[in-house]
Amino acid sequence: MGVDGHAGDRAVSARAAEAAAGRALLAVGDLHAGYGGQEVLRGVTLCVRPGEVVCVIGPNGAGKSTLLKTIFGFLRATQGAITFDGVSLVGRRPPEILRCGITYVPQGISTLPNLSVDDNLRLAAYVRRDRRVRDDIERLLDAFPALRARRRLRARTLSGGERRILEIARVLLLDPRLVLLDEPTIGLSGAAVEFIYEKVGEFRRRGLAVLLVEQNARTALRHSQRAYVLEQGRVRFEGGGEEILQHPEVRRAYLGGRA
Amino acid sequence: MNLLLIAVVQGLVMGLVYALVSLGLGLIWGVVDVVNFAHAEYMMWAMYATYFAVAGLHLDLLAALPIVVALGFLAGLCTYIVLIRRIMGGPAVTQIFTTFGLLFFLRYSAFAAFGPDFRGITWPPASGSVLILGVPVSTAQADAALAALITFGLLHALLQWTKTGKALQATAQNPAAALALGIEVEWMYMLAWGLSIATAAVGGVFLLTFYQVSPTVGDAFLLLMFASVVLGGFGSVLGPLLGGVVIGLVESVAGNLVSPTFKLAFVFAALLLVLFLRPGGLLGQERRG
Repeated sequence: MGVDGHAGDRAVSARAAEAAAGRALLAVGDLHAGYGGQEVLRGVTLCVRPGEVVCVIGPNGAGKSTLLKTIFGFLRATQGAITFDGVSLVGRRPPEILRCGITYVPQGISTLPNLSVDDNLRLAAYVRRDRRVRDDIERLLDAFPALRARRRLRARTLSGGERRILEIARVLLLDPRLVLLDEPTIGLSGAAVEFIYEKVGEFRRRGLAVLLVEQNARTALRHSQRAYVLEQGRVRFEGGGEEILQHPEVRRAYLGGRA
Repeated sequence: MNLLLIAVVQGLVMGLVYALVSLGLGLIWGVVDVVNFAHAEYMMWAMYATYFAVAGLHLDLLAALPIVVALGFLAGLCTYIVLIRRIMGGPAVTQIFTTFGLLFFLRYSAFAAFGPDFRGITWPPASGSVLILGVPVSTAQADAALAALITFGLLHALLQWTKTGKALQATAQNPAAALALGIEVEWMYMLAWGLSIATAAVGGVFLLTFYQVSPTVGDAFLLLMFASVVLGGFGSVLGPLLGGVVIGLVESVAGNLVSPTFKLAFVFAALLLVLFLRPGGLLGQERRG
């Protein structure tokens, strides 16, 4: 399917997305994407406003990770619009999108196993051209004492929780306006989950917007202002975090009944 | 004089030469995750380029060196852009057939261009021999070993102490994560190919001072290159360095003290033994994840 053939549609969906979003920082309109011929996203429309924590929940295979990958340019949208601060991101590659002010923390391990914690942090600032990187890293290590103690060690020697902390710390070096987090608490213990959400709250206090995808829906919803429920590549429900948490159908389908 | 000492010193010197010509194979394997079966053919072309620069254009070997290395770097870039980029992420079989095809293309175009004759040069500064630990070694081989050490030093410095070098390492360890950090992974692949063939070219230039070139010269080296890289392990330039040296030592000691006929049998027995004990190679690292 030719991407250009949809230019007209795209303009329409971009306008629709903007209208829906108000002053959205990120607006996704009628987004279609997938792997090979297999369409995973079948017309997703959502938005993230400045300084807002938004989560996307849904069953396995609903397209949650695919959504983040498409926004960050790892996958090409076959149809639809993605605009960030009024600029279209469709067709751009990850390094360009990073420079626009979006960072992405992929699912699973994205630290570089055979490089030191220090090098992992320095590479997180790879796109920065200024000279304050070193100072910023020192400040960051003050804020994350667990990392300071291990700064010379290879990232592969860190525990799962410490690697996540390193990944979260890397985000702060770029001072983005939007952070995409893919399953930030997967495989972590209770204390580590709390720590991650504490940091997500800190992102928000710094004015960063967060779009996060979670299997661990209940915790994610409690920490989000708004949420979308994705099902088979479409938005099934949307609302405030608490509102979704209390929604009877969502509770039955995704939150394991009562509680 | 002690026969073992002679074998060890000569083995070390040849081992460094093996390490030099293997380095680029390990670099592409590690960073780009492609096995370049044509690596020895690039070395062969560099030997021809050196031959024509020295015997045809009457350049000094050291004047020809930067030209041949630069051409090697460009050849590496072009190979990535024209050919390898199209097979990235493809099935392993496609990649194997592609670089195998490249091997035949480079070899038989050399046959077509230069014929089957053996050609060599004499480089006056490399005539005679030098004493290393009291053992006489041909100056030409000693120069090649020195060139190997300098090349390894430069590449090691690039990888460990520069931002680009760290980005190359990041690309080797996790290309998707590197891309998410804003590293232009495609450029890193191009750079790895350029550096790889450039180091093969350094090897070709110095090899020609004591080894004649013909279109099939790669046969003698390809297996040793593979053995060096696999034996040493991936993940750093020190792997091929150690691998090459171990292979040079085993070859020389077995060849001198047992029988020259069986020296390659000992080399590959050593390779199998190392892989049996340490499947990742002597300095093997966890590659992805």
